[in-house]
Amino acid sequence: MKSPNPFWLASAPPTDKKINVERAFRAGWGGVVWKTLGENPPVVNVSSRYGAVGWNGQKMMGFNNIELISDRTLEVNLAEIKEVKRNWPDRAMIISLMVPCQEENWKNILKKIEDTGADGIELNLGCPHGMSERGMGAAVGQVPEYVEQVTRWCKAYTRMPVFVKLTPNITDIRMPARAAKRGGADAISLINTINSIVGLDLERMSPVPHVGGRGTHGGYCGPAVKPIALNMVAEIGRDSETRGIPISGIGGISNWRDAAEFMALGSQNVQVCTAAMHYGFKIIEDLTSGLSNWMDSQDYRCLQDLIGKALPNVVHWNELDLNYKSIAKIDQSQCIHCGLCYVACEDTSHQAIEKKSALSGLSQSFHSNYEVKNDDCVGCNLCALICPADCIEIVPQETGKDYLPWTRHPQNLLRT
Amino acid sequence: MKEPLFCELKAPLDARSAKVESSRCYYCYDAPCIQACPTQIDIPSFIRKISNDNLLGAAQDILRANVMGGTCARVCPVEVLCQSACVREIGEDKSVEIGRLQRFATDQFFESAQPQMEKIFQRAPANGKKVAVVGAGPAGLSAAHGLAVLGYEVTVYEARAKAGGLNEYGLAPYKVTSEDIQREVNWILGVGGIELRLNSALGIDFTLDHLRTSYDAVFLGLGLHAFRSLGIPGEDRDGVYDAARFIERIRQAPRVADLPVGRTVVVIGGGSTAIDIAIEMKQLGAESVTIVYRSSEEKMSATSHERELARNQGVVIRSHARPTQIFGKPNGSHSVEFERTDRCTGERFELPAEQVFKAIGQTLETRQWWGQTQLHLTASGRIAVNEEFETSVPGVFAGGDCIAPGDDLTVSAVQQGKLVAQAIHAQLNPMEKGEVKDGRSHLSDRRSEISQSFLAGFSTSNG
Repeated sequence: MKSPNPFWLASAPPTDKKINVERAFRAGWGGVVWKTLGENPPVVNVSSRYGAVGWNGQKMMGFNNIELISDRTLEVNLAEIKEVKRNWPDRAMIISLMVPCQEENWKNILKKIEDTGADGIELNLGCPHGMSERGMGAAVGQVPEYVEQVTRWCKAYTRMPVFVKLTPNITDIRMPARAAKRGGADAISLINTINSIVGLDLERMSPVPHVGGRGTHGGYCGPAVKPIALNMVAEIGRDSETRGIPISGIGGISNWRDAAEFMALGSQNVQVCTAAMHYGFKIIEDLTSGLSNWMDSQDYRCLQDLIGKALPNVVHWNELDLNYKSIAKIDQSQCIHCGLCYVACEDTSHQAIEKKSALSGLSQSFHSNYEVKNDDCVGCNLCALICPADCIEIVPQETGKDYLPWTRHPQNLLRT
Repeated sequence: MKEPLFCELKAPLDARSAKVESSRCYYCYDAPCIQACPTQIDIPSFIRKISNDNLLGAAQDILRANVMGGTCARVCPVEVLCQSACVREIGEDKSVEIGRLQRFATDQFFESAQPQMEKIFQRAPANGKKVAVVGAGPAGLSAAHGLAVLGYEVTVYEARAKAGGLNEYGLAPYKVTSEDIQREVNWILGVGGIELRLNSALGIDFTLDHLRTSYDAVFLGLGLHAFRSLGIPGEDRDGVYDAARFIERIRQAPRVADLPVGRTVVVIGGGSTAIDIAIEMKQLGAESVTIVYRSSEEKMSATSHERELARNQGVVIRSHARPTQIFGKPNGSHSVEFERTDRCTGERFELPAEQVFKAIGQTLETRQWWGQTQLHLTASGRIAVNEEFETSVPGVFAGGDCIAPGDDLTVSAVQQGKLVAQAIHAQLNPMEKGEVKDGRSHLSDRRSEISQSFLAGFSTSNG
């Protein structure tokens, strides 16, 4: 399977039709996962489909939808897919699929997909709303045995590579991942969206988005879900059973740095949706040039040098060094005297920052100075995280002590 | 309503811009902006409330600390007060626009269908005591309001036909309109317990002796109504005006078109009044307006922001020159002769002027106002007061521009009025605390009610 860059558009509204996908390819996207196809008759969608969480003036920190799979007929989609693939042979064309959980249904649709010349299929075992109530999507993805079975059927009835897209609405992501691998999956895509009520309309007393004054849970995505996705990608990359299976990383990827993080945790490529829905397809320019420039600056010659590079450093808590010590250091020359570090530490952490009275001199007389009490600081990072001037650094301290994990700590009664 | 005659130099924020701007506030701890505000408005709190669509809460924060928060939002020199202390000013040379956000919050409140006083203040039951307030300017109205909230019966004596003092008669019309001021005055009076007697002048219609015998306490918020003179030949010519008096004419004129506007205007002085009259004359159509100040520009009491505002309106500012004589010309115009103060040569130059405005400060009017009562004055000729704003005569308090030291700011006058109300209350009720009740106790009751019902629900669900 070929793709000129590792950035694909995830199966979603941006990949619903020929017109969208060709615009994406013209903009420079490496591939698409076509919006999920189902059997005829197509689903019916509601009016009012998306909701979002903004934060402090920023839009779309989190995004959710109550849309279903493609609401166009299978024939229309297949014809367009065939045409687009013929027009853009160098781009990856993966077709997302969701049909009832029976062998015959999967067998039938796979034949039709192969005729389009598409490069692969992605099994949508993750959609958390609407389709799951009909026994598809997340209803399958939440049962490892079903995941394995469906994967196995697909591998049996097509020679196309099979991506299995997992739902995060599950306790341990390794279970469906292992099942997909047992079923013969060529790759795993994750995460699908997370069950969510993105907000309430307090006047209507209805969830948003609302459909005539009532709402339903939807699938959550966007920048807010990235941390959940990164953890799940890392879990699969570290698991002895699933380690090494190609991963297509999904979840809030908005810029090249997000993509690099997913890749460093083992993703072979990444899929993007919310950022494109927010800003349009042009963001591919920054994704590709940003990743490329950063890789050059770090002497990574190819993506394979980067992929999985951080995995060895993702460890169990028990393996962390309890003798490692760091403390906060405030760069007084950059401090803007907002006092946020002080009140956060004083009210909610370790009382390790001291407030000192105003400087002399008229212009500064309203501003206090803040200094770290080195002996009380536990290096928790809170002050550095909230500092709006980025003037607090957490500095590693030389302790002269050896590595000491909890497994060997004197206070651990079960130490080895 | 009169047509707006002057364009507002600082446009109000719309709801969207207010929301964006409010998101810039870091919600500092022990915020420097609060300390830089003479009335100590909890600025981060009201901004956070704007950000969270709690506009009534924002208005409560502002108006409880500063009952004239609406006017102050428009006229405060924020660039040397709250905004100068904003940490964004340190970080990026661009403070949060506190003044405009405050205006947004207060405008939203006053423009609401019925700006209810009881949403902000609730008056205590009448306590049977009476206080006289002389002067319905910022200090007097603030004191009267504070006292009324505490349950006093307050009589406000105002020499002029309208309340508001310098807010009504002295502020630049491109900053605040008479409609804004009267709306605020009416709202303040709306707390109840305040009787306003217009056209009643101290020393003419009543005396201080009379007030002292008829009231439990007296507050003097007189302002400054005598004008300094240059003491140079030609000062009394027609076409030479006291700037503050002319600003009053501009503000009160039924038809601004009837006011005399010279093509060439010279303003003598270096404070806010000089800037205001210069900009007003420019906006009224003067071709050239020149402010002349005796020392360096940095020593002008007008802030650099104000000077820039004037320059943007086309006003020329000349420093280091003091006027020596005003000549008349046959065509009725004038010429002002100046001596340069930065040369020891005594070099002189003349500026032609159809109108000359003196903006060199005002002083306490020294008519025989007091009757038998004699008040001590300071060396600068203002009323001397102690830390409680009490004058040399027990029971007589003073505040605002008529006391020393003064910074001649509306916001300081409001704060002094607020403190005077507490001081009078403390003096008349030595056993009680002088805190102004503001309905907060009501809110905290409500809060505990909510938390109790929450706890009740919690215990039920745990059955």
